[in-house]
Amino acid sequence: MSLALIVMFVGFGLLIGILFGFFGMGGSFLVTPALLVMGYDANVAVGSGLAFVFGTSVIATLKHRDLGQVDYKLGVLMIAGTTAGIEVGKIGLEYLQHIGLAGSVVSVAYVLLLGGIGVFVTYEAMKGSGGGIDHDVDEDADLEDEEIPEIAQKIQSYNVPPMISIRGGFRVSLWMVLAVAFATGVLSGFLGVGGGFIRMPALFYLIGVPVPVAVGTDLFEIVFSGGIGSFLYAQSGAVELGIVAPLLAGSALGARVGAAATNLVDEDDIKVYFGVMLLLGAIAVAVREIGGLLEMPVLDVVSLAIILGAALLVSGAVVYSGVTVLREDASAPPSTAD
Amino acid sequence: MIGGGSLMGSVDAGMLIGAVLLEAIVLYIGYGAVEQLLGEPVVNRIKNN
Repeated sequence: MSLALIVMFVGFGLLIGILFGFFGMGGSFLVTPALLVMGYDANVAVGSGLAFVFGTSVIATLKHRDLGQVDYKLGVLMIAGTTAGIEVGKIGLEYLQHIGLAGSVVSVAYVLLLGGIGVFVTYEAMKGSGGGIDHDVDEDADLEDEEIPEIAQKIQSYNVPPMISIRGGFRVSLWMVLAVAFATGVLSGFLGVGGGFIRMPALFYLIGVPVPVAVGTDLFEIVFSGGIGSFLYAQSGAVELGIVAPLLAGSALGARVGAAATNLVDEDDIKVYFGVMLLLGAIAVAVREIGGLLEMPVLDVVSLAIILGAALLVSGAVVYSGVTVLREDASAPPSTAD
Repeated sequence: MIGGGSLMGSVDAGMLIGAVLLEAIVLYIGYGAVEQLLGEPVVNRIKNN
């Protein structure tokens, strides 16, 4: 591997880390499409993407470990359901590779997933609600005061035994928890994503887990699902440390920058850019697929440029907004309220 | 029965994932120390520019 490629991976990891640290989600699922665009085999792109997700989630979990925002019982159940789902997703991917459709199907699934979430986040952000849910660490959060979404209240009302109690003071059917875990596990194994950007909203909107507990439990769970998923791929030699190590070195630094920016910048102000970035990611993968169909290699380069440009645009906006707020604070006259 | 090749593959895979885990912990501690050391001076420099 050339030095230029290592530097590029560190730089890409830095951009992704800033996005992950700032939004608490997103970024990691840009790695697999980027690797696909760069010409890596689908199983290497997915396996290395999972290993990167594993490393990133270890770092994020270490930040959350002392906040007491992990429901270990829920986490273990999620691990069981996700592990089964990853196996199914991996078998599905291997079958598609066997019949020569893996690259195309994974790419189309990414287009639909990134595009769908991108449209949702952009729409919600432009509507004014900020888009999605807040992923920031909130040390003062009162779990009892968390508002439970209407759909989750409906699901909690279904009394399908065995029922389990969840931290935050409510009970839910074990089967619903396992179903959510299994579905996100299938996506994890199939697409090489941690599944957090789907599981987090699912835990909140479908099961009604309070956001702080959903964040902590999700991170705890991703450590295991990412670790198991990447181990399974590593057994068949589909994890390249030369890809994962520089990406992780960049993202760990970027995550600190992004996390620091969350204390300065209003997240709602910038979420619309995040939604646009996801949409651009979907377009990039679609452009690559069209390039493959029309046998136009130049579209691969266009696709990679769109992915890197989108990550650079949004992470640059985060850093710029943070620096601007710092300078405004420094130039503001001191308060005389006291 | 587990074949020798399969076992070696599992051991190699375990070592690979262990290396990623070790790197993550080292990066967390290392960057944390750097942030403690340089965080405030960098913020002050940004404010004063």
